[in-house]
Amino acid sequence: MRWEWAIDGWIVLVGVLSACSCALLGNYLVLRRLSLMGDAISHAVLPGLAIAFLFSGSRAAWPMFLGAVVVGTLTALLTELIARHGRVERGAAMGVVFSIFFAIGLVLIRQAADHVDLDPGCVLYGNIVQVPLDALDGSVPAAAVHLGVVLALDLLFVLLFYKELKLAAFDPELATTLGINASAMHYALMVMVAVTTVANFEAVGSILVIAMLIVPAATAYLLTDRLGVMIMLSLVAAASSAVLGHILAAFGPSWVGIDASANTAAMMVVVAGGLFTAALVLSPRYGLISRIVHRTALSMRIVRQDILGLLFRWGEMSPRAGAPMLRRDVLQAVGDSRLARAALRGLERSRRIRRVAVLGGAFGFVLTSDGQVQASKLVRSHRLWEAYLAKHFQLPVDHLHAPAERMEHFLTETLSRELRAALTDPPFDPHGKPIPEAPEG
Amino acid sequence: MTAGAGSPHEIPPSVRERTARRRWVAPALAAVFWVASACGPANAQVGHGRSPGEGIGTPRSLADNAVTWPSGAQLTRALLLRDYNTRIVVLGTTLLGIAAGVVGTFAYLRKRAMLGDALSHSTLPGIALAFLLVGHKHLPALLLGASASGILGVLAVVAIRRWSRLKDDAAIGIVLGVFFGFGMVLFSLVQQMKTGEEAGIQGYIYGTAAAMIERDARLIAACAALVILGSALLFKEFRLVCFDPDFAAAQGWPVLGLDLLMMGLVVTTTVVGLQSVGLILIVALLIIPAAAARFWTDRLVAMVALAGVIGAVSGWLGSTLSALMPRLPTGAVIVITAGGLFFASMIFSPHRGLLAGGFRRWRLTRRVAYQHLFRALAELEESAGEGAACSFKDVQRVRSWSAGALRRLVSRSVRRGYIDADALPLLRLTPVGRTEARRVLRNHRLWEMYLIKYADIAASHVDRDADEVEHVLAHEVIRELQWSLAHAGRVPPSPHPQEVSGP
Repeated sequence: MRWEWAIDGWIVLVGVLSACSCALLGNYLVLRRLSLMGDAISHAVLPGLAIAFLFSGSRAAWPMFLGAVVVGTLTALLTELIARHGRVERGAAMGVVFSIFFAIGLVLIRQAADHVDLDPGCVLYGNIVQVPLDALDGSVPAAAVHLGVVLALDLLFVLLFYKELKLAAFDPELATTLGINASAMHYALMVMVAVTTVANFEAVGSILVIAMLIVPAATAYLLTDRLGVMIMLSLVAAASSAVLGHILAAFGPSWVGIDASANTAAMMVVVAGGLFTAALVLSPRYGLISRIVHRTALSMRIVRQDILGLLFRWGEMSPRAGAPMLRRDVLQAVGDSRLARAALRGLERSRRIRRVAVLGGAFGFVLTSDGQVQASKLVRSHRLWEAYLAKHFQLPVDHLHAPAERMEHFLTETLSRELRAALTDPPFDPHGKPIPEAPEG
Repeated sequence: MTAGAGSPHEIPPSVRERTARRRWVAPALAAVFWVASACGPANAQVGHGRSPGEGIGTPRSLADNAVTWPSGAQLTRALLLRDYNTRIVVLGTTLLGIAAGVVGTFAYLRKRAMLGDALSHSTLPGIALAFLLVGHKHLPALLLGASASGILGVLAVVAIRRWSRLKDDAAIGIVLGVFFGFGMVLFSLVQQMKTGEEAGIQGYIYGTAAAMIERDARLIAACAALVILGSALLFKEFRLVCFDPDFAAAQGWPVLGLDLLMMGLVVTTTVVGLQSVGLILIVALLIIPAAAARFWTDRLVAMVALAGVIGAVSGWLGSTLSALMPRLPTGAVIVITAGGLFFASMIFSPHRGLLAGGFRRWRLTRRVAYQHLFRALAELEESAGEGAACSFKDVQRVRSWSAGALRRLVSRSVRRGYIDADALPLLRLTPVGRTEARRVLRNHRLWEMYLIKYADIAASHVDRDADEVEHVLAHEVIRELQWSLAHAGRVPPSPHPQEVSGP
């Protein structure tokens, strides 16, 4: 197979236009937790198409478009009605409405099967590979024009009502108090979704619509916290899945030794899914990897601090100054784990603790002067917090240690200073242990 | 009836004939779907299989749009299940309806209804892979593939929900779309590489209940038995998990395990039902009977049973209808039947129904209107002396009724003997009406005083608050109010002095 701009160019363009028009609106669906509304509407427009077809008797674009948009909007309205007046959960209400509509659509199509040129298969995966056939005489394919207009409409809608949509997405109550009609925005959005869905049907089919309404927006949502950036990212994700999807569909199978080409629209969806998975794993802030790294770093810090505190208390208790604590005992106290052993090694390397040989070939650790400073800071936080809890929360003495053990890692220098001031410089904690002095400076 | 699925000799001729027809259609379909150029009538038909009744109807011309009604003989044949085919299909769909209704109730209450949608869509790649690997339509392999990828889909939803900040709806939508897309990619490859049965894929998307054979019906029966048995055995546990998962976890129940078991039953039902209703509509059988049953009862046992019955009725009625009338896809008709039952429940249910709710609201509004009129009259009497009559204008000044509404209200009160008919067009309370009016006025004043005394509400604000509550005060509450305010038996004076001395 060879890449030909006259054919593949149009397919990719139509794919990009369609994916972008869906992704644009999808941002608001994902933010408003209405993702499944796109799914529901795109299933439910089937009877609209069929009815328009039966009435007009042709596959003329306008009646079908109108019928589908009306039924799509009706889906949103009916879902709301059932959810509110029937007290049915919104997801279930959506399921009830769209499946009934879809079933009605199937029956209608089947009834009209003898004279109607409409097929559920086409609705599912469209005929994007057909698009360039329109352009054989050098004109622009109709699908590209339609989708271009729809994308322009969607852009206009989003730009005109950017502020209103944003407010209605994040805080409908606030939007209402500010004089923005949140439910009007909701239905306007639903109408736009219906329009976009229907316009996309013929070219790319409902699979691509459903997926593109949700997946690129969800991908972008994992990457940023700002709406503007999210919209941009979702458009990028949508466009690149369209381009990559077509390339993979046309050439992918031959790379793995299958002499065939895959369905283009479906492959675009698969690529969008791949991008989503990548974002899920790799996103700098919300990705799996970064979260694992952060969590491990935090655990490491806590274990290291625990070891320092342990050695400090050991030094306080032991009768002989500078006596080492056995490695085995340290590991037993903080819980023997790979993390704890790595923490010990790290502390040794950064010269917070020092290795001391003891009799019998074993060895133990003592704090270096650096370690002593750090450890005393930590123990001070711990004991200050205990003193604070004892004074202000009337907790029994044996309930003080556990919360302080958690809090000691997160008390900053400033906060401990303020605690100290609030407690008027207490010399001892509630257990009678001395609170270490603040380091100079 | 004794036909065994294993030996070809015993397969009834109609089934063999149908299979042969499918073989004939398949290559054409494969080509048509890939190119998707001519969305012609031929492939639009096969999406749903053929209804068993279709053979009965007369051949139709292309322009014939009239509905062919079944004759009486056909009706009795179908209703009494005389046809072997009809018997199998009706039995199978009815059992499927029961299973889906029962297990759907738990999923619905656990707020997992739409998860079924993700599940059914994500069975597609498994089916396609099974096709690719086995090479022909081998039922156990297909079921296995469907279950495996369905479970994978559910796990993916759980993983996305757990490991990202996306919510349920987005997770379901993503899995649904991407898995389905992947399945389509695989199928587009299958359809190009082979010729033969594999075009049966459409059957999994839209369902071909009419193509059900005895083996399928037996499978559904086994699944229904499993679902009913499982739900009965784990009824108490499922109930706990559905209504208060936190409490269940605190009690030491393995909530996750129970959830998985529940999802396992949903997966079983979905996979088994795929062939007959199709993966887009199977979710309807899970949700709709449960949602419909919820309108009728607040008790779980009753709800499960009712959902089973509603599912069964939809399955039976839907498949019978599609057997009787030509060109009705069975799965879709079943779903529409279930939808009809749902809307009937939503409208007519005595407790939660729209009609009952509307009636209750209407009655309350009317009672409130009466009470407002009586209170207005009582207050006017209070200032003008007992037995005094007042004009419509006076009343309208107190409360903004439209002339028409007030006239209707008055004529109803006259008919009930609360307002003296002789005094019309002036308004005068009859003795019965006066008692009632004083009662209403007393409620209002008592509540006003209570609000002033205990809720620290300024006297000028009290009237409106009291207005809302006075109509719904129960007898015990009034007795308590009287006791706490020590106004037994009398109408307390108005806290608004200007009103008493008013015009």
